[in-house]
Amino acid sequence: MAAVRTSSEITFNRVAIVAVLLVTIIFLAPIYWIASTAFKPRNLATTIPPTVVFQPEISPFVKLFTKRSQLRSPPSPEEYAAAPWWERVVFNGGEKIVRDGKGQVQWSGYPSRFMNSLIVAITSTVLAVGMGTFTAYGFSRFKVKGEADLLFFILSTRMLPPVVVAIPMFLMYRAVGLNDSHVGLIILYTAFNLSFSVWLMKGFMDEIPKEYEEAALVDGYTRMEAFFKIVLPEAATGIAATAVFCFITAWNEYAFALIMTSRRAQTAPPFIPSQVGAGLPDWTVIAAGTFLFLLPVAIFTFLLRNHLLRGMSFGAIRK
Amino acid sequence: MATTMITTLDRSSRAAARGLSDISIRNLFIIPTILFLIVFNIFPLIYSLGYSFTDFRASTSAAANFVGLQNYRDLLSDPYVWSNFAITAKYVIISVAGQLLVGFGVAMLLNRDIPLKGLLTTLLLLPMMLSMAVVGLFWKLLYDPSFGIINYALGLGTFEWLSDPKMALYAVALTDIWMWSPFVMLLSLAGLSAVPKHLYEAAAIDRAGPFYTFFRITLPLVAPILMIAVIFRTMEAFKTFDLAYILTSQPTAELISIRLYKMAFQEWQTGRSCALAYIVLIMVLAITNIYVKYLNKVKER
Repeated sequence: MAAVRTSSEITFNRVAIVAVLLVTIIFLAPIYWIASTAFKPRNLATTIPPTVVFQPEISPFVKLFTKRSQLRSPPSPEEYAAAPWWERVVFNGGEKIVRDGKGQVQWSGYPSRFMNSLIVAITSTVLAVGMGTFTAYGFSRFKVKGEADLLFFILSTRMLPPVVVAIPMFLMYRAVGLNDSHVGLIILYTAFNLSFSVWLMKGFMDEIPKEYEEAALVDGYTRMEAFFKIVLPEAATGIAATAVFCFITAWNEYAFALIMTSRRAQTAPPFIPSQVGAGLPDWTVIAAGTFLFLLPVAIFTFLLRNHLLRGMSFGAIRK
Repeated sequence: MATTMITTLDRSSRAAARGLSDISIRNLFIIPTILFLIVFNIFPLIYSLGYSFTDFRASTSAAANFVGLQNYRDLLSDPYVWSNFAITAKYVIISVAGQLLVGFGVAMLLNRDIPLKGLLTTLLLLPMMLSMAVVGLFWKLLYDPSFGIINYALGLGTFEWLSDPKMALYAVALTDIWMWSPFVMLLSLAGLSAVPKHLYEAAAIDRAGPFYTFFRITLPLVAPILMIAVIFRTMEAFKTFDLAYILTSQPTAELISIRLYKMAFQEWQTGRSCALAYIVLIMVLAITNIYVKYLNKVKER
């Protein structure tokens, strides 16, 4: 096909390339808008026509991390001069940072929610990938009675709608005091990701030639030693890719977090929308929170780019 | 030859004498996972099956009374619930059809030699990796009638996307199409790149037109993988909660999972919501079954 090229084909190719560029720009526009709003002064966030060129500011991030109140009167020149740069930025926007009796800066709810997201996502990922790797090896290497049914069972647990599982889990957690706790959320996310991790890891395990371990067994390794010393290093890329997928799923999860947590263990996804309360929300602060929250996922997506297909199809389609 | 050697070794006492036997390792590796899933996924479902036959309300301390199939009867004869299912069906059709068109279309465009193709593909995939809830929230600003960039870019004045009852569901579907078209694109690209080049060469020799080539070669060969994308997206769209819940509170956009959430955690009709959860569950399992059958079929190729 490529050998014979008519001029109409070449023109069509050029049109297609321009179309692809246009589509990419349209698809990335909302993400660009989040990123740019995160660095805007508040009065430029909601203008018509939209503000595209502006002097970037760090104030949305300062406001994101601190508790603030409206300034009734502008600060005195001495007060302004004595304030550190991050406090002046807030003064400039007509607000002041709330301090307690000892003059300590009061944090907003965001840092603790971000930490909760990290704790819950990392712990559940380690558990799900750890258990999933063992189980995948078991399914990949040994005869298991009713293997197809077991694997379907494992997959079907992942397909349950979160709200359906959340109703009984909420009642059970309430009975044992796990509501609004890190442990409760970690268990839910581990269960949710475990099935995914088994399916994906099984694909990776199937690709490691059996002969490697068999050679090791002949050399006097036990099966366990062969698993830890031969199979695991071979599966390292697969484990890393699976882990990143599990992390992203847990990091992004909303419904369970909304239902199961309220304050102490609340993660960022239910917290960020709760900031849009009554009145006019400060979109620069929301954009800053969103931007920080999306950043790890954007980086991971880039690192994962060669495994995305596999991960999104539960390991069914390999390149 | 090596394999036969191993089997003899395994059977003999040598391998078994060293460390655990294969069977105990298999059990050790598999059983904890199965148990974990039973305890945290199946047990809760049995628990809620029990509640679905009662008038239990989690907000009161009153004991649950057994009401038999009353909850199921009420739900299935409730026009309100049926309208939630109808809205969900409409949403699934619009958003999956949109994703199929956009995703497959972009994949067709991308399926050629393009400078920086890898980078463009990765950038296009970004939306589907992001949090639906958090990005969905930001779409509220994009859709804003007075200062949203969408109305500005399209010259729509103060068009109400989310607060117009007729428009809200389409607006949610549009955001979903933005998020998930990349998924269909990704799978389509894999399907397209797997079509053997010699088929196109043969078609070119036979002077087949582009339409004939597309409908007789490309589409039939990509169809199974597109089918996977469609079933998977159907299942996910059916379960949609985050996006619709965050973007709008219009009753015309109240998907079944939102109804379920409200019934369970705002109206506290725990028993009845358990029954509704079971109706939804059976539907999801049916779609999952079709999906897995298809996955296995494609895997075998």
